[in-house]
Amino acid sequence: MSQLSLLGLYYEKDTMLHRLRPGVKLVLLFALSLSVVIVREAWFSVLALVVVLLGVGLARMSWSDLWRSIRFVVLMLTVLAMYHAWQNGISHAVAVVVGLLALIVAASLLTATTAAADLIDTITRTLQPFRRIGVNPEAVGLAFSLVLRFIPDVAERAFETREAARARGLDRSIRAYMTPLTIRVVARAQTMGEALQARGIGEDEN
Amino acid sequence: MIEFDQAAVSKRLQPATLTLTERHIGVIGLNGSGKSTLARLINGLVEPTSGRVLVDGLDTTKDGPKVRRKVGFLFTDPSAQLVMPTVIEDITLSLRNHHKNKHERREAALATLERFGQTDLAERSVHQLSGGQRQLVALASVLAIEPDVLIADEPTTLLDLRNARLVGDLLLSLEQQLVLVTHDLDLAARCERVLVVHEGAIQFDGDPFEAVRFYRANV
Repeated sequence: MSQLSLLGLYYEKDTMLHRLRPGVKLVLLFALSLSVVIVREAWFSVLALVVVLLGVGLARMSWSDLWRSIRFVVLMLTVLAMYHAWQNGISHAVAVVVGLLALIVAASLLTATTAAADLIDTITRTLQPFRRIGVNPEAVGLAFSLVLRFIPDVAERAFETREAARARGLDRSIRAYMTPLTIRVVARAQTMGEALQARGIGEDEN
Repeated sequence: MIEFDQAAVSKRLQPATLTLTERHIGVIGLNGSGKSTLARLINGLVEPTSGRVLVDGLDTTKDGPKVRRKVGFLFTDPSAQLVMPTVIEDITLSLRNHHKNKHERREAALATLERFGQTDLAERSVHQLSGGQRQLVALASVLAIEPDVLIADEPTTLLDLRNARLVGDLLLSLEQQLVLVTHDLDLAARCERVLVVHEGAIQFDGDPFEAVRFYRANV
């Protein structure tokens, strides 16, 4: 689960960023995302990345762990950068790709410094006022935990499927990989839904 | 008490009328015979297309949520059943409807873990557990809400001999009424009553040893 461990990796440490309230960190992440998208200038994206990297240093995250979890993304971003440079010029490419990278690193920074349970509690608490317009905060919180729980699970399934394709000499066939993987993940989601129903989760009406 | 009143599921299970009162009930049969459908009818995961299924007088179709609070369900693959990142969080999730107070909920979850001798697993990620530990944690999650009935759908199929024995013994020692779907014929023979399901029909119902003999002779 090397590539997909972007989320769900909490490193317990005692730094300023760890002590910061999850709500504050969520708001900061949200503000950063919004401003990068709205400003969309090369200098701003670079500045955002520098600030986020300073945060990584401040949180005493391991640089090699960070690199390992984002290297696949960096590869995809490089391709995206080349496309943008060709279509819209270098400065646009930098604005988009460096901005995206800053946001991805910022998101890993959030999960690395915040325990999943705290994050979910914050989300659930923040959404309480929206109960009146039909939002179920517990359900949203549960959805977030399920995502965190099942990212490594999907990664495991991806690995299994790749092995199976390889065993049949189909290493290079995207179809032999993606089709069974999709089916497996959907089947998994169904079993999981059944298990949630069996445990009476989400049935608290009466 | 579990009652089937002409309960059928089209194309999967022929009408069955049963009254299950024994403490341990085994269900055996081939893959695809309808065992799982039979098990899922009891907690309303599958609803009968005709007839009724009642648990302590509650209709599984009309009172689904109430029935599921009485009937716990243990799946074959515990990793599908454990839905939270850590063990304690998963058990706490089961207790959501029972304890509104977060602190009480945690205490109750820890008490459940202690009952199964799994306290040291509390903060572990469910990914780090062995197959046997996972099934025990899944069982603790189901039993946390103290159901009256436990349905176990092939709970030992994925386990090695030692863990299969451990889980099997534990299941038979519980105070809950147990409906045990299994391919482990020795385990089935330890129940008081065994149903043999074949091609969507209950073909034998009664003494465990007779049931196992019937199953062996008819495969």
